Amino acid sequence: MEKVIAGKTIHVNEEGFMTDFKEWDNTIGEALAAENEISLSPRHWEVLGYLQTEFKNEVPLSIRKIGKSGVVDIKEFYQLFPKAPLKTATKIAGIPKPASCI
Amino acid sequence: MSENKGEIKKMMIILSKATLENVYAAFVLANGARMEGIDSEIFFTFFGLEAVHKKKNANLHIATVGNPAMHIPTMVGGLPGMEALATTMMKKEMAKIDMPEIPEFLEILSDSGVRMWACKLAMDMFHYKKEDLFEGVEEVITVGDFYKKSEGEGVHMLFI
Repeated sequence: MEKVIAGKTIHVNEEGFMTDFKEWDNTIGEALAAENEISLSPRHWEVLGYLQTEFKNEVPLSIRKIGKSGVVDIKEFYQLFPKAPLKTATKIAGIPKPASCI
Repeated sequence: MSENKGEIKKMMIILSKATLENVYAAFVLANGARMEGIDSEIFFTFFGLEAVHKKKNANLHIATVGNPAMHIPTMVGGLPGMEALATTMMKKEMAKIDMPEIPEFLEILSDSGVRMWACKLAMDMFHYKKEDLFEGVEEVITVGDFYKKSEGEGVHMLFI
Protein backbone atom coordinates (compact mmCIF):
# COMPACT_ATOMS: atom_id res chain seq x y z
CA MET A 1 0.00 0.00 0.00
CA GLU A 2 0.94 3.64 -0.38
CA LYS A 3 1.86 5.98 2.41
CA VAL A 4 2.66 9.69 2.36
CA ILE A 5 5.55 10.65 4.59
CA ALA A 6 7.83 13.71 4.63
CA GLY A 7 5.89 15.00 1.61
CA LYS A 8 6.70 11.91 -0.47
CA THR A 9 4.75 8.80 -1.42
CA ILE A 10 6.33 5.49 -0.46
CA HIS A 11 5.20 1.85 -0.67
CA VAL A 12 4.91 -0.13 2.55
CA ASN A 13 3.58 -3.52 3.63
CA GLU A 14 0.87 -4.03 6.26
CA GLU A 15 3.46 -3.79 9.06
CA GLY A 16 4.79 -0.48 7.76
CA PHE A 17 8.04 -1.80 6.26
CA MET A 18 9.04 -0.14 3.00
CA THR A 19 8.83 -2.49 0.05
CA ASP A 20 11.06 -0.51 -2.30
CA PHE A 21 14.36 0.65 -0.81
CA LYS A 22 14.96 2.94 -3.80
CA GLU A 23 12.20 5.21 -2.46
CA TRP A 24 14.07 5.73 0.81
CA ASP A 25 16.07 8.87 1.61
CA ASN A 26 17.38 10.55 4.77
CA THR A 27 14.30 12.71 5.30
CA ILE A 28 12.07 9.64 5.08
CA GLY A 29 14.39 7.92 7.57
CA GLU A 30 14.00 10.89 9.95
CA ALA A 31 10.22 10.80 9.60
CA LEU A 32 10.01 7.01 10.09
CA ALA A 33 12.21 7.37 13.19
CA ALA A 34 9.90 10.09 14.57
CA GLU A 35 6.93 7.75 14.06
CA ASN A 36 8.78 5.27 16.27
CA GLU A 37 9.59 7.96 18.84
CA ILE A 38 13.29 8.00 18.06
CA SER A 39 15.32 11.07 17.21
CA LEU A 40 18.31 10.05 15.15
CA SER A 41 21.82 10.80 16.45
CA PRO A 42 25.04 10.28 14.46
CA ARG A 43 25.32 6.82 16.14
CA HIS A 44 21.86 5.88 14.87
CA TRP A 45 22.89 6.87 11.35
CA GLU A 46 26.03 4.72 11.54
CA VAL A 47 23.95 1.70 12.51
CA LEU A 48 21.33 2.41 9.84
CA GLY A 49 24.08 2.72 7.24
CA TYR A 50 25.52 -0.62 8.32
CA LEU A 51 22.10 -2.33 8.10
CA GLN A 52 21.53 -0.93 4.62
CA THR A 53 24.95 -2.09 3.43
CA GLU A 54 24.25 -5.60 4.73
CA PHE A 55 20.87 -5.54 2.99
CA LYS A 56 22.46 -4.48 -0.30
CA ASN A 57 24.98 -7.32 0.07
CA GLU A 58 22.08 -9.71 0.77
CA VAL A 59 23.44 -10.69 4.17
CA PRO A 60 20.63 -11.94 6.46
CA LEU A 61 20.48 -9.86 9.64
CA SER A 62 20.30 -11.18 13.18
CA ILE A 63 20.94 -9.77 16.65
CA ARG A 64 23.99 -12.02 16.96
CA LYS A 65 25.47 -10.77 13.69
CA ILE A 66 24.93 -7.15 14.68
CA GLY A 67 26.69 -7.84 17.98
CA LYS A 68 29.70 -9.09 16.03
CA SER A 69 29.62 -6.34 13.40
CA GLY A 70 32.13 -4.09 15.14
CA VAL A 71 29.73 -1.21 14.40
CA VAL A 72 27.58 -1.53 17.50
CA ASP A 73 27.31 -4.04 20.34
CA ILE A 74 24.02 -5.61 21.42
CA LYS A 75 23.70 -3.47 24.54
CA GLU A 76 24.08 -0.23 22.64
CA PHE A 77 21.80 -1.49 19.86
CA TYR A 78 19.03 -1.92 22.46
CA GLN A 79 19.79 1.53 23.88
CA LEU A 80 19.58 3.19 20.46
CA PHE A 81 16.38 1.39 19.45
CA PRO A 82 14.83 0.41 22.80
CA LYS A 83 11.69 -1.42 21.69
CA ALA A 84 12.28 -4.33 19.30
CA PRO A 85 15.62 -2.96 17.99
CA LEU A 86 16.09 -5.09 14.88
CA LYS A 87 12.51 -4.53 13.72
CA THR A 88 12.53 -0.81 14.47
CA ALA A 89 15.96 -0.16 12.98
CA THR A 90 15.23 -2.02 9.74
CA LYS A 91 11.90 -0.22 9.43
CA ILE A 92 13.61 3.16 9.74
CA ALA A 93 16.35 2.05 7.35
CA GLY A 94 13.72 1.29 4.71
CA ILE A 95 14.71 -2.38 4.39
CA PRO A 96 12.63 -5.57 4.93
CA LYS A 97 12.00 -7.02 8.38
CA PRO A 98 14.60 -9.73 9.08
CA ALA A 99 13.11 -13.21 9.36
CA SER A 100 15.51 -14.16 12.16
CA CYS A 101 14.70 -15.78 15.52
CA ILE A 102 18.08 -15.01 17.07
CA MET B 1 -6.70 -12.27 28.27
CA SER B 2 -9.15 -9.44 27.66
CA GLU B 3 -6.94 -6.64 28.93
CA ASN B 4 -5.11 -4.80 26.13
CA LYS B 5 -6.41 -7.34 23.62
CA GLY B 6 -4.23 -10.00 25.25
CA GLU B 7 -1.00 -8.19 24.42
CA ILE B 8 2.02 -10.02 25.89
CA LYS B 9 4.12 -7.65 27.96
CA LYS B 10 6.43 -10.00 29.80
CA MET B 11 7.50 -13.65 29.54
CA MET B 12 8.53 -15.38 32.76
CA ILE B 13 10.35 -18.54 31.73
CA ILE B 14 11.18 -21.25 34.24
CA LEU B 15 14.00 -23.53 33.08
CA SER B 16 14.19 -26.75 35.10
CA LYS B 17 16.22 -28.92 32.71
CA ALA B 18 19.72 -28.74 31.27
CA THR B 19 19.42 -30.92 28.20
CA LEU B 20 20.65 -28.87 25.28
CA GLU B 21 17.34 -28.81 23.41
CA ASN B 22 15.46 -27.50 26.45
CA VAL B 23 18.03 -24.83 27.21
CA TYR B 24 17.97 -23.64 23.61
CA ALA B 25 14.17 -23.56 23.66
CA ALA B 26 14.19 -21.35 26.75
CA PHE B 27 16.93 -19.07 25.40
CA VAL B 28 15.37 -18.64 21.95
CA LEU B 29 12.01 -17.80 23.52
CA ALA B 30 13.56 -15.32 25.96
CA ASN B 31 15.65 -13.65 23.26
CA GLY B 32 12.78 -13.70 20.76
CA ALA B 33 10.62 -11.86 23.26
CA ARG B 34 13.20 -9.10 23.69
CA MET B 35 13.53 -8.81 19.90
CA GLU B 36 9.79 -8.08 19.77
CA GLY B 37 9.99 -5.49 22.53
CA ILE B 38 8.56 -7.88 25.15
CA ASP B 39 10.27 -8.07 28.55
CA SER B 40 11.58 -11.49 29.52
CA GLU B 41 13.07 -13.12 32.58
CA ILE B 42 14.39 -16.62 33.23
CA PHE B 43 14.21 -18.45 36.55
CA PHE B 44 16.79 -21.23 36.65
CA THR B 45 15.81 -24.09 38.92
CA PHE B 46 16.90 -27.69 39.52
CA PHE B 47 18.94 -28.99 36.59
CA GLY B 48 18.24 -25.78 34.72
CA LEU B 49 20.93 -24.23 36.92
CA GLU B 50 23.57 -26.06 34.89
CA ALA B 51 22.77 -23.76 31.98
CA VAL B 52 24.20 -20.85 33.99
CA HIS B 53 26.90 -22.78 35.84
CA LYS B 54 30.18 -21.41 34.48
CA LYS B 55 32.05 -24.72 34.72
CA LYS B 56 29.26 -26.84 33.26
CA ASN B 57 27.29 -24.87 30.72
CA ALA B 58 29.72 -25.29 27.82
CA ASN B 59 29.27 -29.06 27.97
CA LEU B 60 25.53 -29.65 27.98
CA HIS B 61 24.22 -32.63 26.04
CA ILE B 62 21.04 -33.57 24.29
CA ALA B 63 19.09 -36.54 25.64
CA THR B 64 19.37 -39.68 23.51
CA VAL B 65 17.37 -41.86 25.90
CA GLY B 66 13.68 -41.31 26.49
CA ASN B 67 13.44 -39.07 23.46
CA PRO B 68 11.40 -40.85 20.75
CA ALA B 69 11.93 -37.98 18.29
CA MET B 70 15.65 -38.85 18.17
CA HIS B 71 14.70 -42.07 16.34
CA ILE B 72 17.45 -43.96 18.10
CA PRO B 73 16.42 -47.17 19.90
CA THR B 74 16.55 -46.61 23.67
CA MET B 75 19.13 -49.39 24.13
CA VAL B 76 21.43 -47.83 21.54
CA GLY B 77 20.89 -44.33 22.91
CA GLY B 78 22.16 -45.58 26.26
CA LEU B 79 25.50 -46.81 24.93
CA PRO B 80 28.60 -44.93 26.10
CA GLY B 81 29.41 -41.94 23.92
CA MET B 82 26.02 -41.76 22.23
CA GLU B 83 24.99 -38.52 23.90
CA ALA B 84 28.30 -36.90 23.02
CA LEU B 85 28.03 -38.07 19.42
CA ALA B 86 24.45 -36.86 19.01
CA THR B 87 25.39 -33.57 20.65
CA THR B 88 28.33 -33.03 18.30
CA MET B 89 26.07 -33.66 15.32
CA MET B 90 23.42 -31.31 16.62
CA LYS B 91 25.98 -28.58 17.37
CA LYS B 92 27.19 -28.77 13.77
CA GLU B 93 23.65 -28.16 12.54
CA MET B 94 23.23 -25.34 15.07
CA ALA B 95 26.37 -23.63 13.80
CA LYS B 96 24.96 -23.76 10.25
CA ILE B 97 21.89 -21.78 11.29
CA ASP B 98 24.03 -19.29 13.21
CA MET B 99 22.91 -20.52 16.63
CA PRO B 100 25.38 -19.44 19.33
CA GLU B 101 26.81 -21.86 21.88
CA ILE B 102 25.35 -21.62 25.38
CA PRO B 103 27.97 -19.32 27.02
CA GLU B 104 27.78 -16.86 24.10
CA PHE B 105 23.98 -17.08 24.06
CA LEU B 106 23.95 -16.08 27.75
CA GLU B 107 25.96 -12.96 26.91
CA ILE B 108 23.49 -12.10 24.15
CA LEU B 109 20.55 -12.56 26.54
CA SER B 110 22.19 -10.45 29.20
CA ASP B 111 23.07 -7.66 26.75
CA SER B 112 19.51 -7.78 25.40
CA GLY B 113 18.10 -7.08 28.83
CA VAL B 114 16.85 -10.53 29.79
CA ARG B 115 16.79 -10.67 33.59
CA MET B 116 17.98 -13.91 35.18
CA TRP B 117 17.36 -15.44 38.58
CA ALA B 118 18.54 -18.60 40.32
CA CYS B 119 16.31 -20.71 42.57
CA LYS B 120 17.45 -20.70 46.19
CA LEU B 121 16.17 -24.18 46.98
CA ALA B 122 17.98 -25.75 44.02
CA MET B 123 21.18 -23.77 44.76
CA ASP B 124 21.18 -25.19 48.29
CA MET B 125 20.43 -28.68 47.06
CA PHE B 126 23.31 -28.72 44.55
CA HIS B 127 25.64 -26.78 46.90
CA TYR B 128 26.19 -24.09 44.26
CA LYS B 129 27.35 -20.62 45.19
CA LYS B 130 26.34 -17.41 43.44
CA GLU B 131 29.97 -17.06 42.22
CA ASP B 132 29.64 -20.37 40.36
CA LEU B 133 27.02 -18.80 38.11
CA PHE B 134 27.16 -16.60 35.04
CA GLU B 135 27.45 -12.93 36.07
CA GLY B 136 24.20 -12.04 34.34
CA VAL B 137 22.26 -13.92 37.01
CA GLU B 138 21.24 -11.05 39.26
CA GLU B 139 20.18 -12.78 42.41
CA VAL B 140 19.35 -16.06 44.12
CA ILE B 141 15.65 -15.88 44.95
CA THR B 142 12.80 -17.96 46.37
CA VAL B 143 9.71 -19.13 44.52
CA GLY B 144 7.75 -16.46 46.37
CA ASP B 145 10.11 -13.76 45.11
CA PHE B 146 9.66 -15.10 41.59
CA TYR B 147 5.87 -14.89 41.81
CA LYS B 148 6.20 -11.34 43.11
CA LYS B 149 8.30 -10.43 40.06
CA SER B 150 5.64 -11.98 37.82
CA GLU B 151 2.86 -9.66 38.94
CA GLY B 152 1.24 -7.38 36.42
CA GLU B 153 -0.86 -7.19 33.32
CA GLY B 154 0.06 -9.19 30.23
CA VAL B 155 2.58 -11.44 32.03
CA HIS B 156 2.86 -15.02 30.82
CA MET B 157 4.61 -17.87 32.57
CA LEU B 158 6.24 -20.80 30.85
CA PHE B 159 7.70 -23.95 32.41
CA ILE B 160 10.40 -25.82 30.53
